[in-house]
Amino acid sequence: MLDLIIFYFAAVIAVGAAVMMIMQRNPVASVLYLVVSLVAQAILYVQLNALFVGALLIIIYTGAILVLFLFVIMLLNLRGEHFGGKQSRMGRASKIAITVILFAEMVAIFKQVAIPERIGTQAAAVAEDFGSVEMVASHLFKEYLYPFELTSILLLVAIVGAVVLAKRDKTEKMEDA
Amino acid sequence: MITTGFIIASAIKVIVVVVAVLTGCAYATWLERKLVGHIQHRIGPNLAGPFGLLQPIADAIKLAFKEDIVPERAERVTYALAPIVAFIPAMLSFAVIPFGDTITIMGQQIDMVISDLNIGILYIFAITSLGVYGIVLAGWSSGSKYSLLGGIRSSAQMISYEIAYGLSIIGVLIIAQTLSMKELVAQQANFFDWFIFRQPLGFVLFVICAIAETNRSPFDMPEAESELVGGYHTEYSSLRFAMFFIGEYANMITVAAVVTTIFLGGWQGPLLPPVVWFCIKVFLFMAFYVWIRGTLPRVRYDQLMNLGWKVLFPLALLNVVVTALIYRL
Repeated sequence: MLDLIIFYFAAVIAVGAAVMMIMQRNPVASVLYLVVSLVAQAILYVQLNALFVGALLIIIYTGAILVLFLFVIMLLNLRGEHFGGKQSRMGRASKIAITVILFAEMVAIFKQVAIPERIGTQAAAVAEDFGSVEMVASHLFKEYLYPFELTSILLLVAIVGAVVLAKRDKTEKMEDA
Repeated sequence: MITTGFIIASAIKVIVVVVAVLTGCAYATWLERKLVGHIQHRIGPNLAGPFGLLQPIADAIKLAFKEDIVPERAERVTYALAPIVAFIPAMLSFAVIPFGDTITIMGQQIDMVISDLNIGILYIFAITSLGVYGIVLAGWSSGSKYSLLGGIRSSAQMISYEIAYGLSIIGVLIIAQTLSMKELVAQQANFFDWFIFRQPLGFVLFVICAIAETNRSPFDMPEAESELVGGYHTEYSSLRFAMFFIGEYANMITVAAVVTTIFLGGWQGPLLPPVVWFCIKVFLFMAFYVWIRGTLPRVRYDQLMNLGWKVLFPLALLNVVVTALIYRL
């Protein structure tokens, strides 16, 4: 009973905050709604006994990535009025088209998966230590070691690329002066 | 699984811990003023009550009766929200810190910890990483350039130091092979098993990063009054300011409790009851905080960033590699 109340509470907040996030003109408010949504999602993970995943969600997304988002928004001093301008006809048409396509995809997926039965069978199949640190680690470092290491190289390349871009900008400016 | 006894015991523990931490915050301000006073050859507060012990109460009353000012250019909702967002995470971290051994009351086993999560340390990192929002939002929503600069500095500082902060305890985790605070304490039963002896470099790194994370001197960049007036809380007054103030001290106490639990053997100690040992260790670490504040001058902002990225971060990585090689090869 208590579980159900907490689930609905967190689920409603997660979805509601996500909707509010895209409805906002003010970028700082958007980020804050995303934070609320992520914290609510972390609660859902904790309810599934996946404490580790919930903690990671908060440490990485709300604790680091969204703080960086806020940081950039504050540095550029973006306020709501920067996004209030008129939209081109193309822009509006593409938005509507993409929304329709995404919605159609979602409906197609939901139709293929008979949800209630699936949830029932999967809940039974889930291992005892699902989502625990040991379980995640053994998957990550045994089964998926190569993809995991490749991802880290990809990230390294991205970082080096970013540094190169930032450096070049600086030298050009110095030459101008 | 959830019995009435469990609920009652938990509720009592929560109330006791919250009251203790809040009182601790109040008297941490007294301790700081008294100690810094003596370091500077002054007496410190001595008029309100014996040894100035009533000073925190006088301060609280003074703050409560001040005018609550909201700047004209502030983003009102965020401005009102920021102190609360800064305050709550500081209190939440205490949920996983064990402050005593398991005791038995009326046939019930009661752990002296609000909740022994099996990912206790990660929980603390998750919660403390949320604390930065209060500061960032306060700086942004005040509509003042000093506040904004303070908020931006603070977020940059906290993100930079969080990496070395997290890495510095990996060494302990490699040795202990658990994330539960309770088990960490259990593994430090002997004096020389304390992780401060097994992980000296990790301890030093953790303490430096913790001081930076709590925005304390000599890393109190966000509120460097000589350049930024008051930093992110420049525009705040009255009880809203009090919330930031208590939040900062609650963070210090949390860090002291975390250091005690991870590196200083937690509540373990001879003769005296566990809770007393825990309080003594936390108190000594708080005094250490004040001692550092009274001794070291503030570092410059670029020095702070260089220290974080070029010294602490590589050292923390080295510590992880060396510990892993020694203990797990």
